Amino acid sequence: MEHIISLTLENKFGSLSRVAGLFSGRGFNIESLSVAPTLDPSVSMMTIVTSGDDRIIEQIMKQLNKVIDVIKVVDVSESEFVERETALIKVHTRPEDRAEALRIADIFRANVLDSSPTSYTIEVTGDVRKVQAIIHLLQPLGIKELVRTGRIAIGRDPTRPTQAQPRPLAKAN
Amino acid sequence: MQLTGAEIFLESLKREGVDTIFALPGGVVLKIFDVLHQQKDIRVILTRHEQGAGHMAEGYAKATGRPGVALITSGPGMTNVITALADAYMDSVPMVCFSGQVPTPLIGNDAFQEADNIGLSRPCTKYNFLVKDVNDLAQTIKEAFYIATTGRPGPVLVDIPKDISMDKGEFHYPKSVSIRGFNPTYDGSKWKIKQAADAIMKSKRPILYIGGGVQFSGASAEVKELAEMTQIPVDMTLMALGAFPGGHPLSLGMLGMHGTYVANMAMHYSDLVIAVGARFDDRVTGKVSEFCPTAKVIHIDIDPTSIRKNIQVDIPIVGDCKRVLIELNDILRATVNGNQKEQRKPWWDQLDAWQKAHPLAYVQDPNEQIKPQYLIDRLYELTADRDPVVSTDVGQHQMWAAQYFKLKNARTWLTSGGLGTMGFGFPAAMGAQAAFPNRLVLCIAGDGSIQMNTQELATAVIEKLPVKVFVINNRFHGMVRQWQDLFYEGRYASSSLGNVPDFVKLAEAYGAAGIRIESVGDVDAGIQEALAIDRPVFVDVPVYQYENCYPMIPAGGSNHEMLLEDPADLKKPKSTHKKSAQADSDTVLTA
Repeated sequence: MEHIISLTLENKFGSLSRVAGLFSGRGFNIESLSVAPTLDPSVSMMTIVTSGDDRIIEQIMKQLNKVIDVIKVVDVSESEFVERETALIKVHTRPEDRAEALRIADIFRANVLDSSPTSYTIEVTGDVRKVQAIIHLLQPLGIKELVRTGRIAIGRDPTRPTQAQPRPLAKAN
Repeated sequence: MQLTGAEIFLESLKREGVDTIFALPGGVVLKIFDVLHQQKDIRVILTRHEQGAGHMAEGYAKATGRPGVALITSGPGMTNVITALADAYMDSVPMVCFSGQVPTPLIGNDAFQEADNIGLSRPCTKYNFLVKDVNDLAQTIKEAFYIATTGRPGPVLVDIPKDISMDKGEFHYPKSVSIRGFNPTYDGSKWKIKQAADAIMKSKRPILYIGGGVQFSGASAEVKELAEMTQIPVDMTLMALGAFPGGHPLSLGMLGMHGTYVANMAMHYSDLVIAVGARFDDRVTGKVSEFCPTAKVIHIDIDPTSIRKNIQVDIPIVGDCKRVLIELNDILRATVNGNQKEQRKPWWDQLDAWQKAHPLAYVQDPNEQIKPQYLIDRLYELTADRDPVVSTDVGQHQMWAAQYFKLKNARTWLTSGGLGTMGFGFPAAMGAQAAFPNRLVLCIAGDGSIQMNTQELATAVIEKLPVKVFVINNRFHGMVRQWQDLFYEGRYASSSLGNVPDFVKLAEAYGAAGIRIESVGDVDAGIQEALAIDRPVFVDVPVYQYENCYPMIPAGGSNHEMLLEDPADLKKPKSTHKKSAQADSDTVLTA
């Protein structure tokens, strides 16, 4: 099953490779990974999309916790969350396809960032299904280049005060 | 106080209480060696190979419980020490390795003797640091020792570029460190410990399964109290030997692939496994799906990743073995009622029956060649009163040593368990000898393994580390040959080593003593002679070549399906083993 894991880690030399190396060294799967500094510049936030059965996910969580540069690990997908991904799609357009390309972009509330006589560069943001869908629709026109950010996710706050919140795993080595 | 990086290095090590470092110099660490040369507080042991330095640091750490320290140079120095780091990581040995690095402006330029030390060591260290500013050096060293010794111990690498060792900076040694991503759990959950105590009281066929964690946590006394109070039998992993006395009536000996019959049967048929500081390695579990089919499992370990990694656990307790056992014992002391011996009798009757059915055994005909087991057995008997530290290499001799050398005390057993590093034993013994100059330190080696680090004979002689090395010489990679016997129809592909070198002459060439024991009648006298010499000794013991190590659980087999002796078609030597039968005569020593 797919899981989205959110990591807080030290923003320093080599921390990314410690996490990436853990996944490759232990044969865990990474579907996407994105990382950037947080409000505190000494800390980065990383979102990893991975998959595996419960035992594998438990090991991934524990192993991530064991990495000394990792400060906190949360399996965001364990409770309610919102996720987004941005894709930049450079689509090839013959003259008869240009209107169709714009229509598709419009349906998905995507932006056209760049236009040339034979192409549009379209920016789309949404959950993974939305991004997949526009890619499928644009594919028949001819996609020249596709760049995706990887998914980022954040837990939803409770709508009622009593509702359980996703809790970070106690940090323990 | 303004000091150079090299001086900061020295001062920091002194404050960490380091008394010995195992080192080999090179261009980028010369400044550090120069400073070390002008002081007397820290002994610098010059090794002949960086792998030797690494294993010596491990041996020092395993024998003392204090972190071992190695200092090596960049590039090949670093790649040579990797094996020792990987070994220490697998076996949770606290160790700090300092590596030289090319000057910071040259890093990444493919400079002479440059290697990506951080990248190379990342998967085989607990943590590693590149020091980029001399003002960070003291703090980094403090953190390195803290990480290496805190929680589950492990090796830490500190990479010091040449210019950092020359630069001047302010020296201030931090009193304490706190790392926000590193807060090991020491105290187990009280609720879980209570559950564990209840499970123990309810259990009819409990078994204690103790691992290397007991050694490093110093929990031997607690394990003993628990076992004696509840009359629970004790199985030891290879790493735990000595942490519970091998000769204790509650000890069933080692479990696992070459463990005793009773130890493995006890695991298989138990109803409660109490794992303490052990990690359910594949050499212990055998076929996971058939491991302990009827048992509940309590797992006490300081590393949460060890729990439920290989097998399902019913009562997980994350914490330090010693602290958890102290609490567990407190509860049990108040609960245990009546005569435990009486209550456990049915279980012990069964265990005794297993023990009697298939004890460890070998046959030594006094007129035939020496059996490896006999040599180890005699060595054990003749040194038992001296509480020796025993190191081994990896292979058959290691398993026989584990079976027959019944160690009494924790931290007297130095062996490479997880990584299975041939060449570990000799330098590890030297590391222990450096820590305890007056103690008897034995190394039980094989002729294959010892050849991976014989260059350290020079170190042993010059540094006066009088370790006694017993080379169980079967002219084979014995364990490989055994597997070839059992699973490859006796085709000895690349396992026959020939009758070289002459270990007596090799030792003598370095100025060490060399002794050869050739007949059963000479074994005791030969051992006594070796023990009486106050220099390093190589004792070459040519043994029966085809002895196989039993009992054995074939890889992937289940714990109750042990091979107890050679299958009928393997009674050796015979004609189908012609190629190997010639092994001895293949290479004749020129006298």
